[in-house]
Amino acid sequence: MIKFKNGTVRTLLYVILIIYSMSIFYPIFLMIITSLKENREIFTRPYSLPQSFNLDSYMYLFKISNYLIYFRNSIIITLTSLLIILALSSLISYVLAKYRFIGSRFLYFYFIAGLIIPIKLGTIGIIKIMLGLHVFDTLVALIIVYVAMGIPFGVFILTDFIRLIPEELSNSARIDGCSEPEIFFRIILPLIRPALAAVAIINFIPIWNDFWFPLLLVRTDNVKTIPLATALLYGQYETNFGLIFSVLVAASLPVIIFYLIMSRQFIKGLSSGALKG
Amino acid sequence: MTEVFRKKKRYFILLFLVGGLIIYTAFLVVPILHSMFYSLFGGPGIVPKEFVGFQNYIQLFTQNPYKERFFGAFGNTIKFFLIVTFFQNVIGFFIAVLVTRKFIGNTFFRRISFLPTTLSVLVAGFLFTLILNPIWGIFDKFLEAIGLGFLVRPWLGTPSIALVVIAIVTSWQYLGTSIIFYTAGIDAIDSEILDAAKIDGAGPLAEIRYIIFPLILPIIGIVTILIFIGDFTQFDIVYAMTSPYANPQYGTDLFGSLFYRAAFFPIGRGGWGMGMGATVATIIFFIVTIGVLLLLFAFRMKGIARKKEGIE
Repeated sequence: MIKFKNGTVRTLLYVILIIYSMSIFYPIFLMIITSLKENREIFTRPYSLPQSFNLDSYMYLFKISNYLIYFRNSIIITLTSLLIILALSSLISYVLAKYRFIGSRFLYFYFIAGLIIPIKLGTIGIIKIMLGLHVFDTLVALIIVYVAMGIPFGVFILTDFIRLIPEELSNSARIDGCSEPEIFFRIILPLIRPALAAVAIINFIPIWNDFWFPLLLVRTDNVKTIPLATALLYGQYETNFGLIFSVLVAASLPVIIFYLIMSRQFIKGLSSGALKG
Repeated sequence: MTEVFRKKKRYFILLFLVGGLIIYTAFLVVPILHSMFYSLFGGPGIVPKEFVGFQNYIQLFTQNPYKERFFGAFGNTIKFFLIVTFFQNVIGFFIAVLVTRKFIGNTFFRRISFLPTTLSVLVAGFLFTLILNPIWGIFDKFLEAIGLGFLVRPWLGTPSIALVVIAIVTSWQYLGTSIIFYTAGIDAIDSEILDAAKIDGAGPLAEIRYIIFPLILPIIGIVTILIFIGDFTQFDIVYAMTSPYANPQYGTDLFGSLFYRAAFFPIGRGGWGMGMGATVATIIFFIVTIGVLLLLFAFRMKGIARKKEGIE
């Protein structure tokens, strides 16, 4: 690595990175402080800190909408889809990584092809299937779509990872009398935990933030997710700045906090994803 | 030895595959094929029943308003993709090189860079729409305060500017992803190579040009492909900043918003019926597939060329 012995170069480095960080922080900071201001103050003193911490707009938000239900829906959908993605793609990856059978190579490419297929383009068909299965406008519809969307990446990462596990481990388990499924559950699964974490983390953000599928698959208020609710509230209360900013904060703060706590894992997961590709 | 074990009880293979295979096939592969099939149907109403062959495709490419909207969105999507790619690759690479230097706080900057990516496109879009809103005027007043008041204009009201604005907001949001990808690549470079270069007298710029850049070229390829797939179906940013009608005058219309209106809006309010919607989806699908293959090819070729240069 290059070390900067030269003081001016080092100062320049800090200046650039601080400007960059400001461009990230300031809009988020502005969003938070504005949400705490009274409506008049938002216009009269837009840049300054709020004179008092005013939570009125949040109270109003919870009064006019079922925000906690949207939040609950987003959590249920995200967690359930992530769990199913991990379960299904680890099972698939184990079989594809460790066994050769007719069509096994084809199957691998069949799953990987999903990496470049934008699932949005199949929405007309997805709506029809969901209507046919009587799950249109339910949480189940969204979960199924996200599982389909997450499997290709899961298989891509996990197959590579399982291939690297030495066959001797499985063989000694076989000698001890383990069946093939038992080898998966007892030997392989504990070893691929870091890769599972990477898959979960990389899928988390697109699923949590997805707006397209709730917009097209959800009608009922009880089934709305946070992004859909955010868009609808924004459209409805566009001129009520105080409320709108609290809607944006309510939509983003939980994820921001979650990210700040888990940022090490996020970056590790993303980095391993980058290098696998 | 393993062969013996492998021959036993293979039914479980099917059991392990079946769940994922069904969901992936039924909800990702089949819907895409369904769109291709459905694009051959037309007729009046939202749900077409009449088989029309390639009529929809012919209409899309030759008749207005289809032709106008389609090629408008195509051009915008390409411009949007080029702007985002420029920001994410050039600035992303530059910042990644900076944060992989040894200095106090480098992990802090890495972590911060990814923060906007955790927001939804929707939130980022709404937030910047408000910041650029002339009634609130927070951005315009800022420009005036630093003496750049002459730049103030209706940011989202002028077609050519609005497209650039939504592309910059998208880049602001996803820059973190490319920075994380590139830092991962730079961190993975064998330090021996860098030390050897230093012994040979390579300065920082030579190091970036001849070592870091060629070695992370495959990652630049991946990032570009990810941006390409994302941008060619990008919808949220248009919805949030310039409405599904891609104001002003369809100046910010991208493939994602075009497909949304065509397939799901009522006829007369921007909808073209589901048959035409499926046609648009199918065309976008082929453009994305061909584009990805071309990009893969381009980056692989470049990688090989670099390797050859290295050997010489």
